[in-house]
Amino acid sequence: MNQPVLRINGLRKEFGGVEVLKGIDLEVRTGETVAILGSSGSGKSTLLRCVNCLEVPSGGSIELENEVMGYKREKNGQLRRLSESRIAVQRRRVGMVFQNFNLFPHWTALENIADGPRSVLRLSKADAIEKSMALLKRVGLHDRANAYPRQLSGGQQQRIAIARALALEPTLLLFDEPTSALDPENVGEVTDVMSSLAAGGATMLVVTHELGFARAAADRVVFMDDGVILEQGTPSEVFDHSREARTREFVGKTLP
Amino acid sequence: MHAPDDRLDVATALSPRRPWTWVITIFTLVFAAQFLQLLLTNPNFEWDVVGQFLNSETVLQGVVMTVLLTVAAMAIGLVLGGILAVCRMADNTILKIIASSYIWFFRGTPQLVQLIFWFNIGLLVPVLSIGIPFGPAFFSIESNTLITPLLAAIVGLGLHEAAYQAEIYRAGLMSVDEGQLEAAKALGMKPVRVFFRIHLPQAMRFIVPPTFNAIIGMVKGTSLVSVIGGAELLFSVQQIYSQTYQTVPLLIVACVWYLFITTVLNGVQFFIERHYGRGASRNASTSRLGRLLDRRALVRSQNLARGSES
Repeated sequence: MNQPVLRINGLRKEFGGVEVLKGIDLEVRTGETVAILGSSGSGKSTLLRCVNCLEVPSGGSIELENEVMGYKREKNGQLRRLSESRIAVQRRRVGMVFQNFNLFPHWTALENIADGPRSVLRLSKADAIEKSMALLKRVGLHDRANAYPRQLSGGQQQRIAIARALALEPTLLLFDEPTSALDPENVGEVTDVMSSLAAGGATMLVVTHELGFARAAADRVVFMDDGVILEQGTPSEVFDHSREARTREFVGKTLP
Repeated sequence: MHAPDDRLDVATALSPRRPWTWVITIFTLVFAAQFLQLLLTNPNFEWDVVGQFLNSETVLQGVVMTVLLTVAAMAIGLVLGGILAVCRMADNTILKIIASSYIWFFRGTPQLVQLIFWFNIGLLVPVLSIGIPFGPAFFSIESNTLITPLLAAIVGLGLHEAAYQAEIYRAGLMSVDEGQLEAAKALGMKPVRVFFRIHLPQAMRFIVPPTFNAIIGMVKGTSLVSVIGGAELLFSVQQIYSQTYQTVPLLIVACVWYLFITTVLNGVQFFIERHYGRGASRNASTSRLGRLLDRRALVRSQNLARGSES
């Protein structure tokens, strides 16, 4: 407990000469839930996507359990980029939930969840299905196992997507604005699942616009602006006693 | 100002008047009747001759050859086209240039010219040999012995088809949402698995219809092979009518067989599209056949789910 699982050091990322991340330092400890806030274009999503190698950083480093994500250390200490299939192996320890769910439309809810345990964890078919049904029950959708994603509401799809990410038993869970594409009445069912995960000791890095969720479920809140971390602290420190004018402006605009 | 009228009800309203619909309908019916009369009463169609040759041995051999050419050439087209599409979309610049050049050349020259060219390959390369370039050859054969009209036809049609098929695959692969590939990667799937389990199956919905266009085009395109003396369907009926001079009925025989083959292909396309359409629609199928197939799929997945409880 309380060992840093994820260690981000001086992370930089630029797209075509525009610097989106300008040196990010961040640590996440086991069992911790960290919420990342900030306006669009502040670099929150890019930061998250760098963590599981969907983006290649321009500089700095990301270590998950002391292993550099996307690179290996050669004997002389030089870093060398890993092949896509080696990166795939690293990604298995990081679960990701997307803004647009990205469930596989040609597979049923059950197939979406069971594929990982079956092909990556090498469980038997029966075990993979049993595990998946248990996860479906956990997100409250065991009666929709055979539905295709397009037959489900947005909130239901996102809960399936969370179950799919959990199926690989990841060390770290990433959420990229998981409720931004949902109807207002569907937001609660998804944040409820996330809150119960946070309470259950999952290690989570959550980019979100749901300040209510961040205040209630996060151990730490990070406020990003224009590619840097402006301030961070407990929810109460950031929301109620912020030291930065920019943070107060953002929180004031977003909270009613 | 009108007083509110509580009897106003659109449920009992009449349809709009459509005078032109009637004019067009009558005109079309008259035209269709005339065409039917032409078919039935014009003696030049010689329907009895059509019946006589429809199952004749020469024609049937032609049908078999047409099907064989289609299958063999399409097999080359589908496999080589897939390789070309992947190369064209690869990060490697050399592969990209090779694939693009291939497509540029084979799409840019007429199919008939390519067929005649392959038939005459012996003029360009009299002897084919395997060995060390600029060094000794281990094995040699005369081109004219190896490249028969049949092989020239298969190679000619297949290589041409591959260029078109490559673009069909590429269009389908590009139609899949980037988020799907990211989700697959985020789940730790390796590139080959992402391609075959996520990317290609979703692309197939957009690959199948134009591919069947291409297959049907190939069935008819094999008639070009008659020019280099391949004994396919058109060549077979030509052989018969060059002796009997019953040109029209024998061309009809060929058309009947071409229509038969393409009709079978339409049915195959229906089932393949159904397969890759899984999950594509919010609604269950509305056709009777569709409902039957849906029920079988449901039973299968229910059995799968039940297996977890036992």
